[in-house]
Amino acid sequence: MARRLLGLAGLAGVALAAAAFVRRGAGHRRERVDLYYEDGSMVSLTEGSAAAAPLLALGRETLRAAQ
Amino acid sequence: MLASAPVAAAEALKDLVEISSQVRNAVVFGPDGSVEATTLAEKAGVELARKANELLDAASRVREGGGAVNQLEVATAEGSVFVVRDAERAIAATTSPDPTVGLVFYDLKSCLRDAAQKPEPKRTSTRKKKSDGA
Repeated sequence: MARRLLGLAGLAGVALAAAAFVRRGAGHRRERVDLYYEDGSMVSLTEGSAAAAPLLALGRETLRAAQ
Repeated sequence: MLASAPVAAAEALKDLVEISSQVRNAVVFGPDGSVEATTLAEKAGVELARKANELLDAASRVREGGGAVNQLEVATAEGSVFVVRDAERAIAATTSPDPTVGLVFYDLKSCLRDAAQKPEPKRTSTRKKKSDGA
């Protein structure tokens, strides 16, 4: 009985950890800047890069301005 | 600029917000930042256009080799900002988080195309009047 309970608790723990991982991953994926150039090339800047920071800040200001 | 451009832009924006459930607000503006149409109040529309121009300026400085940025998306946890421009005007739109990027770009380009449509010229009859003698 105790082994069974322990197994269920372990399973619940794994499920919670997986959910937290997915949530963190999804949240992180949202923050980025994609630039598309006239010549057809594209640059993707992810959160944490020096080039992305000012554009992300400007993007947040733009979202606030449009509320 | 054509006097009918703001009318066409307003119609195009109206269609855009009807078609795209993901677009929260949008503004169509000229290269100088002049607002042709917006879904927002006038002051907020002007501010959105100004910020979108700032985004385009900042984006054009990212790549060392330069090159014009003709569309961009800034994706944040609060939502996304899209800007698309052509030779005559640009459109900026805000969406909810995690939008369908390709679909939003498609809708914005369609809106820009519609905003650029000139009114059809009035039809003039080319048929010759029947002369009395004929």
